[in-house]
Amino acid sequence: MIVTLAIRNLFHDRVRLIVTLVGILFSIVLVAVQLGLYLGARKMIIDMIEYSNGELWITAYGAKSFEEGGILLTPRERHAALAAPGVAAVVPLVVSFAEWRKPGGGSTNTVIVGSDAEDNGLKAWNIVEGSLSSIEAPDGVAVDRSYLGDLGVKGIGDVAQVGDTRVRIRAITEGIRSFTMAPYIFTTLNRARTLLGVPSENSTYFLVQVVPGTDIEHLRKDLTERLPNVEVLTKAEFRDRSLDQWLFSTGAGVALIGGAILGLLVGTVIVAQTLYSSTKDHLNEFATLRALGSSSGYIHKVILAQAGLSAVIGYVLGMIIALVVVVLSTHTALPIIMTPGLAVSLFLLTLFMCAISAVSAIMKVTKIDPAMVFSR
Amino acid sequence: MSHPVVLEARNIVKELGEGAARVRALKGVSLSLRAGELTLLMGPSGSGKTTLLSILGCILTPTSGSVRIKDETIDGLTPEQLADLRRRHIGFIFQSYNLFPTLTAFENVRLALDVRGMGYAETVAKAESALKAVGLAHKLRSYPRNMSGGEQQRVAVARALAGAPSVILADEPTAALDSENGHAVMALLAQIARDRNHAVLAVTHDPRTHAYADRIVRIEDGRIVGEDRRPEANKNVKKYDITRKRKANA
Repeated sequence: MIVTLAIRNLFHDRVRLIVTLVGILFSIVLVAVQLGLYLGARKMIIDMIEYSNGELWITAYGAKSFEEGGILLTPRERHAALAAPGVAAVVPLVVSFAEWRKPGGGSTNTVIVGSDAEDNGLKAWNIVEGSLSSIEAPDGVAVDRSYLGDLGVKGIGDVAQVGDTRVRIRAITEGIRSFTMAPYIFTTLNRARTLLGVPSENSTYFLVQVVPGTDIEHLRKDLTERLPNVEVLTKAEFRDRSLDQWLFSTGAGVALIGGAILGLLVGTVIVAQTLYSSTKDHLNEFATLRALGSSSGYIHKVILAQAGLSAVIGYVLGMIIALVVVVLSTHTALPIIMTPGLAVSLFLLTLFMCAISAVSAIMKVTKIDPAMVFSR
Repeated sequence: MSHPVVLEARNIVKELGEGAARVRALKGVSLSLRAGELTLLMGPSGSGKTTLLSILGCILTPTSGSVRIKDETIDGLTPEQLADLRRRHIGFIFQSYNLFPTLTAFENVRLALDVRGMGYAETVAKAESALKAVGLAHKLRSYPRNMSGGEQQRVAVARALAGAPSVILADEPTAALDSENGHAVMALLAQIARDRNHAVLAVTHDPRTHAYADRIVRIEDGRIVGEDRRPEANKNVKKYDITRKRKANA
């Protein structure tokens, strides 16, 4: 009967139900979009690090993020690292911002990522046109399909310039986006150095691949002692540092999380308001229940069931809209990501929000005087 | 043969309000209710009828004095313990019926059984049986808004009856009803007291109800001022014909 009574109370006043559901729906969509954007941004920031093949990153001291590492490492550091027990390979990477000159005029900022495929350190992935090996052609680069317009090119074979050097689109990837809005341009290690005009042996990072069974933390300490002027970071540390730089130092992540919290607060207030007024309207009925001998727990369960039902209906409607927004954002510069984990978390958040919203209504009925049934 | 006492109140004093507004609503009331009897509690407005009903129904606790229902006393019980006592021993009938407008007649009765923690099958069987007993077997799926005042009050009687309480307390059960329905409900309460061995107490102003009472207790200014026990021969012992009105309508 608890669920029956909760359903009847909810649907008794359709307008109030609609207001409740709109509150939850608004909240769910806002939180889903904000957290989806956060996940999307996070993915863009860490993809390069996650797709890399190496347990440790050797970076110039103070490198803030993947894109901002400088090109300061020399073969001396690489050889010192190779001499450390447990190191299988040390793969050089060159990463830096560079100006891309569009064939039709104008320019845009890009991030050159130079790495040799045979080193198996960091290769372009999700190649949908052309091939990885075609990048090795004298002027070859790979770009992401979503940035073709920004780069002023249409597809494979189109030509542009980085600095004063001509490059040709030889491969196209899909889904490799950049949080900085500067598209990644994949090329070989030496061509990257050429495009960026840096000394032919300098690198931005050294990716350390280790012998299986090696104690990573121990190796890291060893490398730190051998290379006092650089930093040796685990993959997780470098990922966190990049996230910290782009999401938190810039305030972008705080804005996204803040938006999500705001959505939750607004939803909570709306649901609390409607649940409270619903409870107030049904106060005589709850007093009658109390007079009939119902425990206060029974009445609390009715209110919580109302809150729970509102949560489930609001969640389903909110998620439908949120998923439409997710699909629409797929090919935008900042795609929204919805994962099963986020969907489950949103459901739990909705239940929590509605349960919190029920507190004021529960406090109201806790003070109910069953003697009021005689004063009607 | 005298019926057993199921509810006994002794020297009940109840003070209401705070400070200068504090008033003594009951000034040492003693009253016993016996199984199988319909007792009327009559008195003018402000005499303490409803306060006494609330105390007998374990909704209010007395400032002093004691209330015993069967072998249990309400002294020192918490609100939750009082609710438990109400669940097990008391059935209420209210002046304004207090039915849940969003529930059908059947669901209204079943709800009163559900709060007692009964299982689904038991609540269904008992709710149907109680509604049948008050002549509303044909109104199981009707909502209160689609029922007459008399029918609604009979649903309230069925709700009070369904849990087989020791005591049924009715607050002005005929006040909102026309003459015919008022008589029907009183006949029903008298029949319930007699046939089911319940103690029934009805607070009322309505002189039409006298004929159905085994006993009439008068209260004024917070005190019992008189009690009439009606001889069996003078009572309106006509059995309530639950089908009479339906036949008339047909």
